Amino acid sequence: MTIFTPSSSEEVLSAVQWALSAEEPLEILGHGSKRGIGRPVQAAHTLDLSGVSGVTLYEPEELVLSAKAGTPVAEIEKLLDDNRQQLAFEPMDHGPLFGKEPGRGTIGGVLAANISGPRRIKAGAARDHILGIHAVSGRGEAFKSGGRVVKNVTGYDLSKTMAGSWGTLAVVTDLTFKVLPAAETETTLVLHNLTDDQAANVMAHAMGSSAEVSGAAHLPVLVSGKVAGGTLSGQAATVLRMEGVAPSVAWRIAHLKDLLKAAGEMQEIGAEGSRALWRDIRDCAPFAGGKKPVWRVSMAPSQGHRMIDALRREAGVNAFYDWQGGLIWLEMAAGPEAVALRAMIRRFGGGHATLIRAGEPERASLDVFEPQPPALAALSARLKAEFDPKGILNPGRMSSVPAI
Amino acid sequence: MSGLTMPPSDKATLARRAEIVADMRSIVPGEGVVDAERGMRVFESDGLTAYRQLPMVVVLPETTAQVARILKYCSDRNIKVVPRGSGTSLSGGALPLEDAVLLVMSRFSRILDIDYPNRVVVAQPGVTNLGISIAVEQDGFYYAPDPSSQIACSIGGNVAENSGGVHCLKYGLTANNVLGIEMVLMNGEIVRLGGKHLDAEGYDLLGVMTGSEGLLGVVTEVTVRILKKPDMARALLVGFPSSEQGGQCVADIIAAGIIPGGMEMMDRPAIHAAEAFVQAGYPLDVEALLIVELDGCGAELDHLIGRVEEIALKNGSVTCRISQSEEERLNFWLGRKAAFPAVGRISPDYYCMDGTIPRKELPRVLHGMRQLSEEYGLRVANVFHAGDGNLHPLILYDANIPGELDKAEAFGADILRLCVKVGGVLTGEHGVGVEKRDLMGEMFNQTDLDQQMRVKCAFDPGHLLNPGKVFPQLRRCAELGRMHIHRGRMPFPDIPRF
Repeated sequence: MTIFTPSSSEEVLSAVQWALSAEEPLEILGHGSKRGIGRPVQAAHTLDLSGVSGVTLYEPEELVLSAKAGTPVAEIEKLLDDNRQQLAFEPMDHGPLFGKEPGRGTIGGVLAANISGPRRIKAGAARDHILGIHAVSGRGEAFKSGGRVVKNVTGYDLSKTMAGSWGTLAVVTDLTFKVLPAAETETTLVLHNLTDDQAANVMAHAMGSSAEVSGAAHLPVLVSGKVAGGTLSGQAATVLRMEGVAPSVAWRIAHLKDLLKAAGEMQEIGAEGSRALWRDIRDCAPFAGGKKPVWRVSMAPSQGHRMIDALRREAGVNAFYDWQGGLIWLEMAAGPEAVALRAMIRRFGGGHATLIRAGEPERASLDVFEPQPPALAALSARLKAEFDPKGILNPGRMSSVPAI
Repeated sequence: MSGLTMPPSDKATLARRAEIVADMRSIVPGEGVVDAERGMRVFESDGLTAYRQLPMVVVLPETTAQVARILKYCSDRNIKVVPRGSGTSLSGGALPLEDAVLLVMSRFSRILDIDYPNRVVVAQPGVTNLGISIAVEQDGFYYAPDPSSQIACSIGGNVAENSGGVHCLKYGLTANNVLGIEMVLMNGEIVRLGGKHLDAEGYDLLGVMTGSEGLLGVVTEVTVRILKKPDMARALLVGFPSSEQGGQCVADIIAAGIIPGGMEMMDRPAIHAAEAFVQAGYPLDVEALLIVELDGCGAELDHLIGRVEEIALKNGSVTCRISQSEEERLNFWLGRKAAFPAVGRISPDYYCMDGTIPRKELPRVLHGMRQLSEEYGLRVANVFHAGDGNLHPLILYDANIPGELDKAEAFGADILRLCVKVGGVLTGEHGVGVEKRDLMGEMFNQTDLDQQMRVKCAFDPGHLLNPGKVFPQLRRCAELGRMHIHRGRMPFPDIPRF
């Protein structure tokens, strides 16, 4: 067992080359903040990238930031915040969900897991903001893709290919992201006591308006008390976030209130409270620290609550909805119920489920990521083989067959 | 034309042409197979008209099953296939090959689903970009990416090219607005990626398909995100005595936290050509003209227009007009939107380039271009998507003068080299195609290109789909798959082991 702790991309390259020549698989790690996600990796050696760290370029006026893969996300967010900018895809902090300290995680891990947050519905995920990478493939070769500009169609977009690949294709050593101005202020509109069905309608209505809603979530009564310091407890809360310059936010809030007036009583939460609320939603605070299995389900927004309603008749579940209902955080009362859940998702128009929190035995025996139809699974396996023919990078993390 | 080498024709395939045409007719009955020269002539080139080649046969399928059968047939018999949408590519992405089936997707022209609660449209790939916006217009929605060819270009082609437009900075490219596709692989397998949900599962194959220029698969269905139209839009038309000041104004607007819906710049030759053509009322005594368009609610526009005006004045603007009506706003755009034909009016031919640069490098690149312009003895006019650094130099030449096209191409290549040198890229939205294929080495080394070609091998190991595009030199997948293992010492021998 060896832990490689490179401090440069050259050292990453030589570590991968050694692993390739010895045919010894590597587990690729940043801070390990998302190590509990995915199938347990079958590798005797670890490639720890946390020492390959530092912001290498930041030009606020050009909306671009480059950093080495092991750079803490917290360091990047602090730097951006000091310049009133942000990673607009609002990357989730997985620490609380796993009962660990918040504020961990590297920028390389953000891309590898294609992390996003509530603003995903308006601004996209990490894959929508990555501009370029340098990486070392499982062939022991250093390559680059993309660049530092937004508009670029020169060659295949291998930067996006890294998004959501969980370190199974290549070890990314350097990343360049598009960054955007942070909103000057924000306000959240709360609607109380709606059923899941009513909430889905309200959220669709709001998202389909010109109010530029940047967050739309529904917290049923069992979870509403577990966010924002308990201020929303006692009844279901449907929350809609508006961000921008103050006059614009005020106007859009008024517009939305008028549009939704039939939905009942409404309350506004100011900037500070709104930030805390959406941080809790982003980080899945309602299920933080527990031991029960947690799924992350992605579906067409209008179908999420219908699927959950049907699933409730088969299993004990606790759920809340982000992305207008298109992202469901699902805590299971007992076992993961993978087969029942996935059958239900298919019945309601399709999508996918990822087992985010579960014990190692469950993660080793179940499909943590959504199983793919044969032609797609075969294509994914061929892609893996083109990047990592010997299967030395995070073997088994995404799938047991064929070694992805 | 000038020295372009395409993959050698397969004599065995050409010898079986009659049989292949007959087999295509059995897969696509009716008028979906064109083999007469007269009928095929319209397909001999795309938007890059300098390159022409008649295909072996043109096939226009109507169903995904037909596409799958055609590709399987061709795959089994080692026949090349070139996919084509509306044929508006400016980089020769749909240039036919003598020994290839040209697969034209224009009969896939139906919108399959308009879903307002989920704000998506599911369309067949032959639907035009503008056709999607028109289908949802009466309900106040639109599809955001708006390439200038949007009236003609197809959504399938947009996926192949990752098309942009003037609103990219705020609303993203095609890649950011496509949620799912159905596609057929060269071996005839049908694969669906994503759907109406926001995150596709597994590897981001949708990301690599978008902008893959028809080399990886044939798209047969597209699910796109639609947006509610902003309440209103207002524009500022700002003139500067130098491109440096214009460029600094753009940087300062962004640094102030403002992301305009569109931000376009024109240089003096482009301003003059446009004004002579459409009389938009552009100032003629400025070196740089900036159009800044803000969209959103009225309260936001009132607030931001004042701030942009302040920034413009601080940067030495000599004229600054703010649109007071929708008519005036559209008038500001009139000249910019007519810039290409306007340049076409003052020169027999023009060659449109498409580099992207870090915005701050604009003055340096414009300066370099002026020097090159003198060296080559050819004029150049510039329109610039200033918000995202995408530069469209229009090189003016006369194809009837022997050697002038070659000169224009050499000038264009030098401009792109300059873009790469300052940290930019060869192509922002037009694609590599055949046009910039042989310049790929300016941006990528052989290892970079080999890894891209290996992705191609995962999708199309026989290099049968659109060969000769994007990659300067095709290498066999078997050769690319060979490993060169660096047998060596274990690195960092002093680290703890346990």
